Amino acid sequence: MGKPKVAFYWCASCGGCEEAVIDLAEDILTVVDAVDIVFWPVAMDFKKKDVQAMDDGAIAVSFINGAVRTDEQVEMVELLRKKSGLIVAFGACAHIGGIPGLANFSNSKEILNTLYRDLDTVDNKEGVIPQTRTKVKSGEVTLPRFHDTVKTLDQVIDVDYYLPGCAPPPDLIMGAITAILKGELPTKGSVLAPEKSLCDSCRLNKTKPEKLTMKEIKRPHEIKIDPDLCFLAQGLICLGPATRGGCGERCINANMPCRGCFGPVGNVVDHGAKILSSIASILGMEDEETVPEEEVDKLLDGIVDPGGLFYMYSLPSSLLKRKKLD
Amino acid sequence: MKKDPKIIVFCCNWCSYAGADNAGVAKVQIKPHFRIIRTMCSSRIDPELIIEAFKKGAWGVLVLGCHPGDCHYKNGNYKTLRKVKLLKRMLAQFGIEDDRLRLDWVSSNEGEKFGKVVNKMIDDIEKLGPLDLSYAETEVE
Ligand code: SF4
Ligand code: SF4
Ligand code: FES
Repeated sequence: MGKPKVAFYWCASCGGCEEAVIDLAEDILTVVDAVDIVFWPVAMDFKKKDVQAMDDGAIAVSFINGAVRTDEQVEMVELLRKKSGLIVAFGACAHIGGIPGLANFSNSKEILNTLYRDLDTVDNKEGVIPQTRTKVKSGEVTLPRFHDTVKTLDQVIDVDYYLPGCAPPPDLIMGAITAILKGELPTKGSVLAPEKSLCDSCRLNKTKPEKLTMKEIKRPHEIKIDPDLCFLAQGLICLGPATRGGCGERCINANMPCRGCFGPVGNVVDHGAKILSSIASILGMEDEETVPEEEVDKLLDGIVDPGGLFYMYSLPSSLLKRKKLD
Repeated sequence: MKKDPKIIVFCCNWCSYAGADNAGVAKVQIKPHFRIIRTMCSSRIDPELIIEAFKKGAWGVLVLGCHPGDCHYKNGNYKTLRKVKLLKRMLAQFGIEDDRLRLDWVSSNEGEKFGKVVNKMIDDIEKLGPLDLSYAETEVE
């Protein structure tokens, strides 16, 4: 029997997830030895028709990173679904929408107009905006349609497993690959990372006061951050309490609060609503009995962009998914 | 056909739900377009539950708790106040009208007030119409 066939594909992503595969360092050689890479547009020269020519289910597993926001991406992930035994949503964008998902506070028209017409640095006197079909001398050229709504991978195709993170850390990637090769996978639909919250493994958790309160909200650039005190206790919003652990506390160890790239903890559906709830509960808790309502409003003013902050990585997978479209 | 508004009213067990009871006993006239969900304390109303109510078809959500200082668990309603205020700000970013979520305090002997607050909510929401969230599921061109 030949080696299992593996594919990597990218949708709306930054390229960091591809980099994460390379970051496996010498482990990547073990992987390359054990599998047959049949499709990886960023690194190897395969074409769509090569995939089309394969039998259905011929690919053992496809790792797909990035959110889905164009017709081309829909077409490609549907094709890979048909050709693959397993689909792994690789990284935050495929898993919960990721940073590209913040575009769901806008729409395609607004985004294209801003990028191609309205920004100060744009020089576009004719006001040319990308079109799906354009007539040129030699005929017609086409571009994939750019959608209003950014979607997670599982909102477009059936997904078997999720590897969270922006980007997924090497140990979780290797763990997933090993489990797949050995056929020791958990139940379908599992997120291949711990169930518990980031705080649970964070080294600063023991510095978190028993009765945690936030006097006011501080933003990371406004204070000198103490690397040895829980960020919440310093007035900095940290998404750790509502976020799944397993990243190795990468941001915390770089002296920055968590922004939630691992998605919500096991039992939570709406990441943003959950963290909103915890922050609102502890903000100004100390003298809540005496503080007048206007003061509460002022405290809340400290959270400049609640939607963008609480759903920084998870807007497309939230209950509301996007801003109202008119 | 004109649809009737659907309002979810979250009531805490100790004051607001008793207030609703009081409204019943006092035969306060209230429009029928609301459903009460009782929880032990208003602070149990997680923002996630409020959003879920909207997702499931509520045109508006009314959260009722004990007056400040009267919460059965001492301080739950102060947390409710901050949660609802912050959630309102966030819902605005999603394009959801401010009037669709409201917080008020109703004590166990305020049946009159319960009726007034609920009727006002129903009237205001009727003007806004249903909250159509289907745009999140379909691709609009
Ligand atoms: S809130 Fe942030 S800094 Fe504090 S323990 Fe949790 S993850 Fe660590
Ligand atoms: S600390 Fe939070 S944002 Fe940073 S890598 Fe970990 S889960 Fe992601
Ligand atoms: S018990 Fe009524 S608000 Fe807490």
